[in-house]
This record gives sequence, structure tokens and C-alpha cells, in this order.
Amino acid sequence: MKKLINNPEHVVEDMLAGMVAAHPEYLRKLDAGNILVRKNAPIKGKVALVSGGGSGHEPSHAGYLGKGMLDGAVAGAVFTSPTPDQVYEAIKAVDSGEGVLLVIKNYTGDVMNFDMAKEMAEMEEIKVESVIVNDDVAVENSTYTAGRRGIAGTVFVHKIAGAKAEKGASLEEVKAVAEKVIDNVRSMGMALSSCIVPAAGKANFSLGEDEVEIGMGIHGEPGTHRETIKTADEITEHLVNRILEDMKPEEGSEVAVMVNGLSGTPLMELYIVNKKVNEILTSKGIKVYKTFVGEFMTSLEMAGCSVSILKLDDELKELLDAPADTPALKLL
Amino acid sequence: MSINGKKVIEILNKIADVIDNNKAFLSELDAAIGDGDHGINMSKGLFAVREKLRDNEGKNIGDILKITGMALVSNVGGASGPLYGTAFMKAAMAVNGKEEIDIKDFKNILEEALKGIKMRGKGQAGEKTMIDALEPALNVLSKAIEEGLSSKECLYKAKEAAREGVEYTKTIAATKGRASYLGERSIGHQDPGATSSYLILDTIYKEI
Repeated sequence: MKKLINNPEHVVEDMLAGMVAAHPEYLRKLDAGNILVRKNAPIKGKVALVSGGGSGHEPSHAGYLGKGMLDGAVAGAVFTSPTPDQVYEAIKAVDSGEGVLLVIKNYTGDVMNFDMAKEMAEMEEIKVESVIVNDDVAVENSTYTAGRRGIAGTVFVHKIAGAKAEKGASLEEVKAVAEKVIDNVRSMGMALSSCIVPAAGKANFSLGEDEVEIGMGIHGEPGTHRETIKTADEITEHLVNRILEDMKPEEGSEVAVMVNGLSGTPLMELYIVNKKVNEILTSKGIKVYKTFVGEFMTSLEMAGCSVSILKLDDELKELLDAPADTPALKLL
Repeated sequence: MSINGKKVIEILNKIADVIDNNKAFLSELDAAIGDGDHGINMSKGLFAVREKLRDNEGKNIGDILKITGMALVSNVGGASGPLYGTAFMKAAMAVNGKEEIDIKDFKNILEEALKGIKMRGKGQAGEKTMIDALEPALNVLSKAIEEGLSSKECLYKAKEAAREGVEYTKTIAATKGRASYLGERSIGHQDPGATSSYLILDTIYKEI
């Protein structure tokens, strides 16, 4: 494997040190572990948001530390959920007394580890609520799933719930708006290549020269099926139609769109995907209120993308538009 | 069978060795139907257990298991950390304060561990998880003890039941954990969690 790293065992530590050096005005690292927090946390009078998960999805989640988004981000080993003691340290460090909302992506490990941290914090009388993001529609909703996965739609939760918290809302209100985002966002992804976890040294799987994997998650785990690569329009149509089948937005709805690169796909291609996303939505009478194209939740060096569509109402629009100032997302 | 704290620590160290020797295999199993890190994470966790136990030779067995559980929770990560961690911590409560344990105590340990895993993971048998190795092992162990078999025979039957459980996981589709995203495609692959559970029981059998 050819990677720009030092010791594979130290990728997370090295990365976090580099991030803090790059963004000292936004974030600082806790001594307790691989945890970054907003520079001046805890912020008095504000509910704090803590998220995290396995590393390898940068800028998720430490890239979103700052005004209007997250207060704490816990970095597990690559593609591995962090341990409860680490999440607990983050909770302690950012709680101002108004309580903490945990934004958890729906993976068995993340859910269990964050839950255990919540139990630990509650034993110390810290108010903690949690929400689980499960925006990925790729996995069929049947008895044969552990539920849907959480992917790039999580960033919408960070933005909107973060904005609500910044306004001084209560923990219950911040949680409610986070749940509203989760109820209204759907995503689906695909991959053109696999990726290599540094400690493993080789890819989990390989895709043929002209093969793609549809329904790919963000950990290199296999998706729903493989097929021969088609045009961007055809692939995008498949992803968007699956999302719309699940979401069923009415004509006249307003939505936010996120075309998220997994990191190995050029911005040029993400914009090509967005062209089709926008055409499909417009042809169905759905108004695209705001679009985000870029890398929001990646998967090491994997090539591919995910599309997320969030159905908006007035409250969500207002919070989506609210200012945010973080290393990875800045909205004036 | 009468095992003291020192022997329990020896067994845990041996488990750490066995898992470390099998970590590539476990990760390969995990790569086929998951994200490929089970072996690496378990080995890291058990290494931390070994370190923690080094300074705790004189402790009673309940404390030893509790220390093991907490070290696993803090060092394995992923889904295996909370599951194995909770398993050991609940098991610790079954033998709280005991300086020596017999086969009946081991049955209680396994029973509480399994209950902990089901509670934490919200799982049950037939979903292609570690429960599919541990539940048959517990059932067979209980029966063997009732029949009055020797401790060694009881453990042999239990670990064989776990091994059969691992084989069984090959035949079913995953409905829990990361493998469940594969649905029908997970058939034909043995579950990594069931496999590591079997290796643990097999090591215990070999050491006693």
C-alpha cells in the first residue's frame, strides 16, 4: 500500500496533532485521549454537541468543531468506534451544565460505545441525550438488517442541531430538531474503488476495472450489489430514485442536497453528479433550496460518492442558513 | 476442577496469545462480511488486559474478571469491546469475591456473560453472532454438569458445541451487526465474533 503516513499504528494521533496545529483558533485536544473539542468549550448557557466515530471519514467529525456545529469530536481508531471512556471524557469537557447531545451514526459499535458513555455521564449527573442517524437507504428495510446505516446525512444533523444549540435552545429542543433532520434526510452512496485501512495493510475487497459497488457504506464494507460501471447520469438516477422512493417528497417540497465525495473522486465528477441530481429534482417539481458539493464524510482514499437529500421546512431552512464557523464548513 | 486467581490470569494470558496468533484469520473473516478489524481490535484489547493483570495477581476472581472487562471496553472499540467487556463485567458479578472457582461457577460465569451480551447487543440466537457459539456452549455445559460428567468432559462438550455453532453461522444470513448489510450474501461465511468466542472456550478447555 502506498500511503502518506508514518507508523500505521499512529495515524490517528499524527492526524489530530496536525489538525490542532492547523486550526488552533478552532480546536484543542484533550489530554485524556484522541478527543478534540471546540477551543473555548464549555460554552456557558449552550447545549453542547458531541459526535465522533471511527477515523478515516475526515472532515467528519473534528472538522465541524466550532460555532454553530459541534463542541466535541471523539476519534476512534480507523473505521472503529471510539470507546466509552473517550466519549465520556468529551462529554465532561464540553458540558456547561445545559447538557450534551450525542449525535451517533447507526453502527452497532458506535451505538453501544456511545450508550455506555451516556450511562457513565448520567452516573455523574450530567444531562445527556442522544440521537441515532440512519439516513442510508441502500440497505433494504426488512427483518434482515440491523437498521439503516448513518452516512453523510449526519453532517446536516451537525449543522442544524448545532445552529439550534447556538441560539440557546434547551437540550430537549436541540434533540427534537436533530430528530426532525433524521426523519427527513435520506442518502445513498456508491464506490468505484475500495480503500485500505493503514493497520490492515491491504484492501478488504477489490473492484474490477469497470466494476462499481452500489449502496456502499463508508467503511469499505460491501454494499448491496456490484455492477458494471454506467454513466454518471445513470448511476445518479439510480441513487436519487432510491432516495425519493423512500422519502416520497411532494411536488412543491423544498430540499437541501449534499453530493459528498468519498475522497478518491474528483470535484469535477461530483459536480457532474450534481447536475443530474438537480435535473431529476427539478423535473419532479422539487425545489432545491441549497446545495453542498464537496467532501463532508469520506472513506479514506475510496473513490465514489453519496447523495443526501433533506426535506426542509421553515425551521430547518432557518437553521441550515444560520452562520457556522468551523474548519470544514463556514457559512457567513 | 478448582481454579484460583493465579490460574485464571494464566488462562487469560493464554487467551491473549491464541487470539493474537489468530488475528489475521479473524480479521480476514471480518473482511468478508464486515470491516476487517475484529482480529486486530481483539488482540489490542487482550494485550491491554495482559498489562492490567500484571499488577493484579493477588486479586480475587471477581475482580480479575471485572478488570478484564473494563480493559476490553476501553481498548477494543467497535462492537466487540462493549460486548466482550460487558460479558466479562457481568461474569465478574457471578463470582464476586471468590478465590477459587469450580465447574459450576464457570457455568454461572458463562450464563451471566451471555446475558450481558444479549442485553448490550440486543441480540439473540440465530442472527449469526457470537451468541450462536456461546448459547449452545452454555446449554451443553449445563446439561453435562447435571449428568455428572467430569469438569474436563464438560468443557470439552461445551467448546465442541461452540465449534458447531461457528459452523452453523456459515449456513445463515446475518441479521445483526455490520455483516447484516450483506443479507443473503453473508451466507457461506463464518461469523468472526462466534469464531473468537469459540477460540476463547477452546483455550479454557485446553488450559484446565
